[in-house]
Amino acid sequence: MTMSRTSGPAPHPDPLPASGERGFTPRQYLICLWGVVWREGLRFLHQRERFVSALVRPLVWLFIFAAGFRQVLGVSIIPPYETYVLYEVYIAPGLMAMIQLFNGMQSSLSMVYDRETGNMRTLLVSPFPRWFLLGAKLLAGVAVSILQVYAFLLIAYFWEIEPPTKWGYLTVLPALALGGLMLGALGMLLSSLIKQLENFAGVMNFVIFPMFFASSALYPLWRVKESSPLLYYVCSINPFTHAVELIRFAFYQQVDWVSLPVALGYTSVFLVAAIIAYDPARGMLMRKGG
Amino acid sequence: MIDALSISHLSHSYGQRKALDDVSFAVAPGSFTVLLGLNGAGKSTLFSLVTRLYAARNGEIDIFGANVMREPGAALRRLGVVFQARTLDLELSLMQNLVYHAALHGIGPLEARRRGMEALKRAGLAERANDKTRTLSGGQMRRVEIARALLHEPKLLLLDEPTVGLDIRARADLLSHVRGLVRDEALGVLWTTHLIDEIENDDQVVILHHGKVLATGRAADIVAENNAENIGAAFAQITGADSLSPQAGRGLW
Repeated sequence: MTMSRTSGPAPHPDPLPASGERGFTPRQYLICLWGVVWREGLRFLHQRERFVSALVRPLVWLFIFAAGFRQVLGVSIIPPYETYVLYEVYIAPGLMAMIQLFNGMQSSLSMVYDRETGNMRTLLVSPFPRWFLLGAKLLAGVAVSILQVYAFLLIAYFWEIEPPTKWGYLTVLPALALGGLMLGALGMLLSSLIKQLENFAGVMNFVIFPMFFASSALYPLWRVKESSPLLYYVCSINPFTHAVELIRFAFYQQVDWVSLPVALGYTSVFLVAAIIAYDPARGMLMRKGG
Repeated sequence: MIDALSISHLSHSYGQRKALDDVSFAVAPGSFTVLLGLNGAGKSTLFSLVTRLYAARNGEIDIFGANVMREPGAALRRLGVVFQARTLDLELSLMQNLVYHAALHGIGPLEARRRGMEALKRAGLAERANDKTRTLSGGQMRRVEIARALLHEPKLLLLDEPTVGLDIRARADLLSHVRGLVRDEALGVLWTTHLIDEIENDDQVVILHHGKVLATGRAADIVAENNAENIGAAFAQITGADSLSPQAGRGLW
């Protein structure tokens, strides 16, 4: 079979740039990153219910659960605290990490949804490398989760949840960034493994609540160890525990030197696995003839 | 002269099912090429491979000489795509959608706005730049998608059944708009469809059926070679009249 050429417009010069221009400059990479973060921010602002529920959830734990359990659960003095602290103060880092956990899972839920409806295609046909695009999407999710945490801290301030000095609001930022990255990468990895949107919600129940309860978010680990060494072991290898402890110490302007390398390790593993596993073909076009 | 799109011995399977079988054809720069096939022929699979959504493991896909698997950045920056499914963000305004797309191609917001306004003017939607995308009609959204796909000035535009869901008037407008781009801007276009009436005699046609290319060439030449009345009849003959499904019949005649 031969192709016959029509007489069309005059041939134009070869549109391919010289080989030296085939890559993107660092400035262009930054523009792409900015674009992805900006769009994620715009979408989040438009979804007011999501913002409100992201705030209401931890606030309910803070105002109701913590207040109720204040008398039941005594917290002895453990680092980074130097005095007895109220239970609300103790669970605040866990609630900050909870915001990031939900955000990480919700971002990946929306990635699964976007993958099924086709919106991810806009991102994935970009000529930038796929690992960069997925990384940018992840960073955008982390940025949104950090904004949510600060909104929570603003309200919590009126509930006497505050760092020892105002610098705590700044020193907690790197911990939030790392925690958000770790949980977001975990969410992305999960979204790669899920074939269909309908299955995703079920997986959430097997991920979010076990992660939250089997951690140091609600009770110090030494207490858990007293009642169940096995549960203590599970809590100490739970990545969420390390996110909580990182945040707890950072809010008090200290570094948890155990949780930091663990969180870094988990983040690296989840990130690499998520990028390798991400397959836009899964769930998309598979049910449709073409 | 280098082909805008060159597909060579491309095959792809979903598990046991072979969706594309040794597909080869080319799209010349500045030409309007129609990929004609029924639903299930493999058109959307082909699209997904050309746009690197799926990895092409068997065969070669080159866009202006850059291989999609080996040099994806160079290949994809030469390509504009309009998918069959709507991919505009309905909650954002037209201009916001355009700026986002431009950023994904390394174009900063100022330049993106300038190009975006020009593109919207060409599409007759400049005054709606700040309107939310969900307020547009189907035909208008399609025109915005085309404007968006061309923001980074690619020389090859792929459109996957772009007129699906549009009324007769909107379909005709869209087709004429894209043919105008081929004529005025030397754009190479690959237009996939199952609708025969979108094809003109001078168009290059690639007939895809059950994942195989059964014919390529100028529409008028294919009709003549098969002693058919029109391209629809030629298609039926080439693919085998008894392979026409009732659904196809509605699309073809």
